[in-house]
Amino acid sequence: MDQADVFILAGMALFAVSMYSLAVQRHLVRKVLAINIMGGGCFLVLIAVARRAPGDVADPVPHAMVLTGIVVAVSVTAFALILARRIRAGTGRTELPEDASEQT
Amino acid sequence: MVASTAWVAIAVAVPLLAALASLWQGRWTALIVAVLAIPGSLLANVGVVWTVFELGVHRHPVGGWGAPLGIDLHVDGLAAAFLALLALIAAVITVHMLVDPDMRALSPRRRSLFWSLWYLVWGALAAMFVSGDAFNIYVTLELATLAGVILVSFGHGTTALFASMRYLLLGTFGALSYVLGVALLYGDTGTLDLALMAERIGSGAAPVVAAGLVTVGLAVKAALVPLHVWLPPAHASAPAGVSAILSALVVKAGFYLMVRFWFGPFVQLDGATWTVLGILGAVGVVWGSLCAIRQERLKLLIAYSTVAQVGYLFLLFPLVAGGAHAAAWSGAHYLALSHAAAKAAAFLAAGNILTSQGDDRLSMIARAARHHHLSLLAFGLAGATLMGLPPSGGFLAKWLLVTAAVDTGQWWWAAVLIAGGILAAIYVYRVVRLAYVTSPAEPPGSTGPPRPPGLLPVPMVAILAALALALLSVVLGFASAMPLRLLEIGMPAVVPPEPEPGR
Amino acid sequence: MTGGAWLPVSVVLSSFLTGIFIFFLREDQLVLRSFLNLSGTVLKLGLCILLLWGVAQGFVFTFRLPLGAGLDLVLFADPLALQFVLLSAGLWLVTTVYAIAYMEGSPERSRFFGYFSLCVTATTGIALAGNLLTFVIFYEFLTLATYPLVVHTGTKEALRAGRTYLIYTIGGGMLLFIGAVWLHGLIGTVSFGPVPALAGTDLPRGVLIAIFWLMAGGLAVKAAMVPVHGWLPTAMVAPAPVSALLHAVAVVKAGVFGLFRLVYDVYGIDLARAPEMTGVLAVVAAVTIVYGSLRALRESDIKKRLAYSTVSQLSYIALGIAVGGPLATVGALAHLVHQGLMKITLFFCAGRLAETHGIHKVHELAGIGRRMPVTMTAFTIAALGMMGLPPVAGFISKWYLAMGGLQTGDDWVLLVLIASSVLNAAYFLPPLYVAWFSRPAAGAEPQARPMPGWVDWGLLVPPVITASLALAAGAVAALPISPLAWAEVIVALRYFPVTEPAP
Repeated sequence: MDQADVFILAGMALFAVSMYSLAVQRHLVRKVLAINIMGGGCFLVLIAVARRAPGDVADPVPHAMVLTGIVVAVSVTAFALILARRIRAGTGRTELPEDASEQT
Repeated sequence: MVASTAWVAIAVAVPLLAALASLWQGRWTALIVAVLAIPGSLLANVGVVWTVFELGVHRHPVGGWGAPLGIDLHVDGLAAAFLALLALIAAVITVHMLVDPDMRALSPRRRSLFWSLWYLVWGALAAMFVSGDAFNIYVTLELATLAGVILVSFGHGTTALFASMRYLLLGTFGALSYVLGVALLYGDTGTLDLALMAERIGSGAAPVVAAGLVTVGLAVKAALVPLHVWLPPAHASAPAGVSAILSALVVKAGFYLMVRFWFGPFVQLDGATWTVLGILGAVGVVWGSLCAIRQERLKLLIAYSTVAQVGYLFLLFPLVAGGAHAAAWSGAHYLALSHAAAKAAAFLAAGNILTSQGDDRLSMIARAARHHHLSLLAFGLAGATLMGLPPSGGFLAKWLLVTAAVDTGQWWWAAVLIAGGILAAIYVYRVVRLAYVTSPAEPPGSTGPPRPPGLLPVPMVAILAALALALLSVVLGFASAMPLRLLEIGMPAVVPPEPEPGR
Repeated sequence: MTGGAWLPVSVVLSSFLTGIFIFFLREDQLVLRSFLNLSGTVLKLGLCILLLWGVAQGFVFTFRLPLGAGLDLVLFADPLALQFVLLSAGLWLVTTVYAIAYMEGSPERSRFFGYFSLCVTATTGIALAGNLLTFVIFYEFLTLATYPLVVHTGTKEALRAGRTYLIYTIGGGMLLFIGAVWLHGLIGTVSFGPVPALAGTDLPRGVLIAIFWLMAGGLAVKAAMVPVHGWLPTAMVAPAPVSALLHAVAVVKAGVFGLFRLVYDVYGIDLARAPEMTGVLAVVAAVTIVYGSLRALRESDIKKRLAYSTVSQLSYIALGIAVGGPLATVGALAHLVHQGLMKITLFFCAGRLAETHGIHKVHELAGIGRRMPVTMTAFTIAALGMMGLPPVAGFISKWYLAMGGLQTGDDWVLLVLIASSVLNAAYFLPPLYVAWFSRPAAGAEPQARPMPGWVDWGLLVPPVITASLALAAGAVAALPISPLAWAEVIVALRYFPVTEPAP
């Protein structure tokens, strides 16, 4: 078990923890945070798998993927926060209704 | 028509260029872009289909770089069929939205944003269908989801915002689960190309975990029960055209990718999963249909019907695992195509009714149903595919699927298909009967009820768009020889390990 | 010799296109609609006669549309198909004249005539179907196309009848579908033709019996056999032309015709003639004959009484098929036409009585014979024919059925026929007696409603024509152009080639 394996396991753990948060946290901002941490876990795993290249250099492909992933994550976060603000402005609520099809 | 691998690049590029062009806030921008993009896209897709028939499965290296450095577009019969149907359906929906009064009510800025996102969904889906690279799939899938989420938020009221938020959170979870799986796969195989991945994939724990993560991620996108909870509110509260494309094709994208992975890299992994996917699909068929039967709002009814219909598609996996290969393959994908046309028609028809009376509760529709008879006719024709009755592509698809089940002695899957058809008949009937209700106030012998107050006129083009898609789903019941032949080009010959290991 | 493939297709399309055009007409375009409708019917009848001529000359007409995946849509004309297609095309013409008069002044006529044409299209497709898949497609299509006609009036009662109709027919359709797919999976394409598809089969007997009952069960629903006859009497809420053509001839005969194809073309009479298959079918048919008559006896509503009479009479045909000797088969085929002519006359007359004098119950007929002698003469001829009185057509069919029973050693058939004839007399003689010989109570005379002269004629001429045909079919049964002679030709050509000469 080398350093990269630790990173992979840590990334998986982060993913699992934030998945739990996403499910149980009610506040929308906390849910958005959970999504971000989940993304962090994924990126950690991606960076760790770059060790597979021979020699001392890291495999550049996963790094490129992380960059792309960060761009996507930023866009998602930005839109999610705007959506949360608009929900609060419209209804005063910071949580999703229990019933998925609830009318407001 | 010239057979050329470049057609596929054009087919992907046209909607993406249209997305860019739509950002220009001009009075006529939407119209001009549509007039250029629709014929361009249709022509390019004819070219793609032609090329597949001429050359078979082929790749197009974008910019001439070629894999592994550049991006390869990978076209087989399945991809070409989805790509062509996407172009056809998206074109009709575009026409519908051009005349949709709700769209005209938007401010110029929001309208140009809307159109840009619309073409982005279209382009992202097109790119995804022809992508042979796991990470490109992630990017296009996330692009389609994100653009779709924003389009949902254009719907009426805070319901749409809640729906959009729920869709965004679950959709992102799905995407991240997928990307984590892909990361592990890359660690195992050192490639992102699906074909190479299939050759190199190992047999340790990592590929199994990766397969689980990828499958869960895609199951969210495909709204496979129990990961379907985001779908009904999102599809029910989005603008009509957006609901149509989401239900018709964006959901199918999840299924499509599931097929790409399980008939590609994962094919030798774990036979039990094939059955599990089928069981979840069957639960989806029953649960979705029962929910649809209970709905009071038309758009929610149609949305739950999508949950049910997606469930059918997943019967592909156990049917193939049980030994019925070609019939199940053709049947499931043909159902996906027919359902796409029918469901788009149903949502456009529901949108027309909603636009006209500002309410889509069935009890309210009943009061003015005779003014919506063409929209209800479109719904009824689409309903034939949902029920799997002729004349429709759904009937043919169901015939093939039941044949696949019965031939290999898997009676329980046939029972699911039949039961689903009967349940669908119930919810379709609940809507179609409204067209024949005579309101009590109506004097006998009159030529129609008086127009209820507050009923807005619906543009004839919008009604015809819904009818056109409904007719498409009917025509697929007869003009099926060509699409079915197309689906067989490049059909994976591999048979999964269960129930006979070593085959 | 091979005839043009276009001919069977045009026979189907002639009514289909008529229907589609009519859908888009405005309510007030009476003349154009009537013109289109009548041209369509005349064209269809002309094409059918051309087809008949061609087949008599020895041409073979086959139209094949590949659906892909090894499935074909096949339309062909064999003598049996011609019998049914000529019956429905001819009666469509007569009914259209009647319906134009009957529907005068009522709402939604374009919808009514549109769906009417679609129903006839489906019936034609059933008649000309060249394989089992094609038959199933048109059989299910008929279910969907008939629903709008059953609920046409839009009243609560009509909608309830429509629901009952759908529950029965969709349920039956599913059974047929499962049976057909199962068989298709086992032996491939099931073509109709001189050689039964299952001739020399080595399938296990249990499977054969199961498939037989799945399909026969599905067909029995439309043929209104006990215990799945319940939809037919409730469907009588539909307008009179619908009851006349669809529920006395086209829809119900589609079920019986399907039984014919099942027993003779799919299984072959040698295989099907077994206690577990046609044996049970014969018993069910016999029970239906007696039960239908008993129920008819208890109904005081004229249309309901006629409906139960239909239930009973249809099973004469089923009985003839199930008994299975050459003479019984001739009787069944002849009754297919004879019963159609007689029953449509009765429904025409009932509709005319209801329209002109508001008569719905048997006792209201008092004295009507003097006031409407022509109508009641037609009614009387048809009713006497139903009882089996020579020289009306009904006698011929009953004679052949009885002889057929004796020929195959099923002597009990004779008893059923005698019992049924007694019951027929019991429920048909009272209305005749009341109409001709009793006088209405003072002040209770039915009042004639004022109506345009052409409407009056339009309601009178069709029953007179069909009654004359019913009389002629019996009186000149020995001539080579009679339905009986044609039935003998079919049986001699196809099912019992000369070895057993008809007496």
